[in-house]
Amino acid sequence: MKKYVVGAAVTLVYIAYSFGIRNNHSKPVIAPTLPTKTNNQQASTGGGSSTQSTGSSTASSGSASAPSNQTKAAAYKDGSYTGPVVNVYYGNVQVAATVSGGKITGVKFLQYPHDNPNSTYINSQARPYLKQETLAAQSAHVNIITGATFTSEGFIQSLTSALSKAN
Amino acid sequence: MKQTELIMGMPITIEIVDSSDHDLLQSMFDYFRAVDDRYSPYKPDSELTKINEGLARNKLSSEMTMILDLCEQTRQDTNGYFNIRHDGKLDPSGLVKGWAVNQVADKLLQAGHDNFYVEAGGDIQAHGHAADGGPWRVGIRSPFNMQTIVKTLAIQDGGGVATSGTYIRGQHIYNPVEESTSASIQSLTVIGPNIYDADRFATAAFAMGSGGIAFIQALPGLEAYMITDDKQAVYTPGLEQYVVSA
Repeated sequence: MKKYVVGAAVTLVYIAYSFGIRNNHSKPVIAPTLPTKTNNQQASTGGGSSTQSTGSSTASSGSASAPSNQTKAAAYKDGSYTGPVVNVYYGNVQVAATVSGGKITGVKFLQYPHDNPNSTYINSQARPYLKQETLAAQSAHVNIITGATFTSEGFIQSLTSALSKAN
Repeated sequence: MKQTELIMGMPITIEIVDSSDHDLLQSMFDYFRAVDDRYSPYKPDSELTKINEGLARNKLSSEMTMILDLCEQTRQDTNGYFNIRHDGKLDPSGLVKGWAVNQVADKLLQAGHDNFYVEAGGDIQAHGHAADGGPWRVGIRSPFNMQTIVKTLAIQDGGGVATSGTYIRGQHIYNPVEESTSASIQSLTVIGPNIYDADRFATAAFAMGSGGIAFIQALPGLEAYMITDDKQAVYTPGLEQYVVSA
């Protein structure tokens, strides 16, 4: 029982924390990820992974990271970055990203497994492929809920650990 | 029969319609605990922790080797956006959670159950029908209000749903539809045939920012619902086949 009380307290602290961050509109604190020009961070997961090579002289690939809890400043240099052709088992995908003002400002699919013949600029040409609506609350009953996880494992565990030290 | 336990720092729920096999249910939760024991980056005795402390690659369990291979495959499938290496350490939890939910769903199917769901921290695999005989109804929670459901999806013939989001403010990106404004992604929900693919591609697509939903659009069988800062949703047209009107 005590465990649940601690868990609830941790969750509440966490939610308060997350809203605090959310309200801080002017400071994005997570670094966007995209292929960078450095070659030295190639992931080598498991034994014998091969380094992905790129067919382009402008960029290498594979050094981007999945969403990270690390707080880092964005440090992308402006320019265009072309990734390698990636076989995603239903076809090839190749993406080019444009960085301007340190931010990703466009992602372009050079190859796309669907039927569009040329490239798709997400910023504009994606319009026919995607739909948009304004969020609206639904009253429907549901069996299961999915959503951005408020109980981030890493955060909860490290906070729990920190709190236990504080006791 | 429905039960929730806290494992891996998150609530895990299993509901099996028309069954009272509590031993089976318990063995499924035991399986999740075993997964946590092996892959937790926080447990000092987990195999993952030992790897990060220098355990030789030829000493890995065959399952760990397989998981790391799947992670590497996913890294390549996603143009490098899925990457389990951070600061020199490996953390495959972005793949293990969906994989484990998928494993448990397979075990329940093999045990002869047709109508159930398994959910771990918002990652869902559902089969058959709910207790009322209708499809499993999955609500997408508003990132702005935990009490609000903004979309309801129905899973009819077995499927997986995963949502990737961030509690730290996301990267600033351009709104893919309104070029003149920019917005951050709050959450990206992916639905598809199985939670393993839905989860790993949701993770990668979220990291891609505005290009992520087009990446999902490019994947056959997967659909996405993306919620941005400005309370707009952008979704793939194929999502509509799952949508339940309120």
